[in-house]
Amino acid sequence: MNNFEPLIAVFSCHYCSYAAADLAGSSRIQYPPNIRVIKIPCTGRVSVNHILKALECGADGVYVAGCLEGTCHFISGNFKAKQRVQYAKNLLSEINMEPERVQMYFMSAAEGAKFANVAKEMTETIRELGPSPLGQNKSE
Amino acid sequence: MKSGSNLERILESGQFAVTGECGPPKGSSPKVVQKKGELLKSCCDALNVTDNQTAIVRMSSLSGCVILQGIGLEPVLQMVVRDRNRLALQSDILGAVALGVGNILCLSGDHQKFGNHPTAKGVYDIDSMQFIRMVKTMRDEHKFINGEEISGDVPLYIGAAANPFADPFEFRVTRLAKKANAGADFIQTQGIFDVARFAEWMKMVRDRGLHEKTHILAGLIPIKSVGMARYMRNNVSGLSVPKELVDRMADAKDAKEEGVKICLETIEELKDIEGVHGIHIMAVAWEDIVPRIVEEAGLMPRPVV
Amino acid sequence: MIVAERKPMEEILSMIEDANRILVLGCRGCTTVCCAGGPKEVQELATLIRMNRKQKGTTVETLEASNELQCEPQSVGPLLEKLADQFDVILSMACGAGVQTIVKSFPDVRVLPALNTNFIGMAEEHGVWTEVCVACGDCLLGRTAGICPMTRCAKQLLNGPCGGSMKGKCEISKDVDCAWQLIIDRLTRLGRLEVLEEIYPVKDWSAGWHRGPQKIVREDLTS
Repeated sequence: MNNFEPLIAVFSCHYCSYAAADLAGSSRIQYPPNIRVIKIPCTGRVSVNHILKALECGADGVYVAGCLEGTCHFISGNFKAKQRVQYAKNLLSEINMEPERVQMYFMSAAEGAKFANVAKEMTETIRELGPSPLGQNKSE
Repeated sequence: MKSGSNLERILESGQFAVTGECGPPKGSSPKVVQKKGELLKSCCDALNVTDNQTAIVRMSSLSGCVILQGIGLEPVLQMVVRDRNRLALQSDILGAVALGVGNILCLSGDHQKFGNHPTAKGVYDIDSMQFIRMVKTMRDEHKFINGEEISGDVPLYIGAAANPFADPFEFRVTRLAKKANAGADFIQTQGIFDVARFAEWMKMVRDRGLHEKTHILAGLIPIKSVGMARYMRNNVSGLSVPKELVDRMADAKDAKEEGVKICLETIEELKDIEGVHGIHIMAVAWEDIVPRIVEEAGLMPRPVV
Repeated sequence: MIVAERKPMEEILSMIEDANRILVLGCRGCTTVCCAGGPKEVQELATLIRMNRKQKGTTVETLEASNELQCEPQSVGPLLEKLADQFDVILSMACGAGVQTIVKSFPDVRVLPALNTNFIGMAEEHGVWTEVCVACGDCLLGRTAGICPMTRCAKQLLNGPCGGSMKGKCEISKDVDCAWQLIIDRLTRLGRLEVLEEIYPVKDWSAGWHRGPQKIVREDLTS
């Protein structure tokens, strides 16, 4: 049995996914306790270095949760985030780490259930991949 | 007389010239050159020997010239600036003159990317325009490009290429004027399939009086098959092959016959254009058709001047 | 600016394999502007190096820093005088000139390049750079309407275009603009096309990149 509990950092946009997380909470929708939500004003603020630092500091996975395509409060922040997530994935491949540890998701503030599902999906993905090869997660 | 070559005598005496082309082999046998030479001997006033054409390595142009001279033919030495810097160009020119070559065609050359050594470094030390002027200076002033004296004469009849079908169209005539001013005694054009466009270009040439400054030989490429027509239409940059012509080849029962017919029709149209002083037939891999074309175009026998 | 690109991580990691104390040194000049070796990329590279070592279960000490201009000894000196001997390796994220400036000022320090220096270019848009100058040492932009045929013509023609120019594109690729078409268009627009009637003389290549290492000395500036 796999009892590894991943630690996952979520860069969550104030205008959509962060509100979706609130909605999930008030709607009593369960989601895994593995995620650590970091609220940001827009996913366009997330840099490649933020993602890398999260992994270096012990996260087994990182995802960025931004607004649905075309609905970014700052017009194109979520697209920028998507490109940077892809770039970060390429960097991970370059040092032989699984690029799947970093993902981009899109959701609206009304999608509490989707927030929960994404958290579940990501937790499962990382559980499958196992602990970060940087070897800092002691919860194993 | 600038060089006294047969080509010069024919053109300067106001007669309609016919030149052909002889691509040296991808090998060392002189027989290939001789065979092509024998085929074209009676129907051409001079034969161009190509210089690593389409950037594919072949026997050197100068050797081909000497082999042709050996069987009594007059060669036109083609030289590209792609493969030689100014030192090599000038030394080869002196060598060619020493070996009796009287005509030269100054070219930039197809980019090395197209050939069989695409990773080669292109030289392009000087361009074709500067090359023409350099040869003229060597001939008329007995001076190298650096100003130093040359001992002995450099009698060469200087040719250059023109492509009326490349862009920008209007500038093509300016470019011809530059070549004529640089010292081109004769011009061989790119193969003509689109006579209307060529005629338009020639009108611009006449408007600037360039047909009196230099002899224009209209280029012809006999088409052997519809595949060849299509390939040239789609893949060869700097050529303009109208769609009607491809269709005509496609519909023909006997493609080769149709190709000859098209070529003859084109020659007839070209003869009527004022300022065209001859034709240059580039029958790549179809040399044996040239005698028939020249014969049926009513251009035989070739004049003796 | 000088446009550069980070080397593949595999190459960088193998160069620094035996180093345990690494100074990752960026440059705030060209390589910052072309997003290859500024403070942001320094942080990125240093993090990747540490992550790589952690994967292997070994440790590495990195310091992230950037010079104003790594090709200026005055910019490199003060920082490195204090730091140089504390590191096994300086991993430079400047252009080749930056790397060699450190090499010259600190002969005892091992300096490695993290970037490949590609060309002199301009930014077309954020994230897109194109080569526009080959440093030929004999600038002819004044005659070619500000478009460089040395860089942009595949045959480096001074009296172009050649017979391969079709619909504004170069014969070598439909993705490459014909430099001479651009020159003619621009001169036409400026009403100065007649400058091309004259034959441009042969180029003095000895001034440029065919000549071995060049040096410029300004007597009024040297001490």
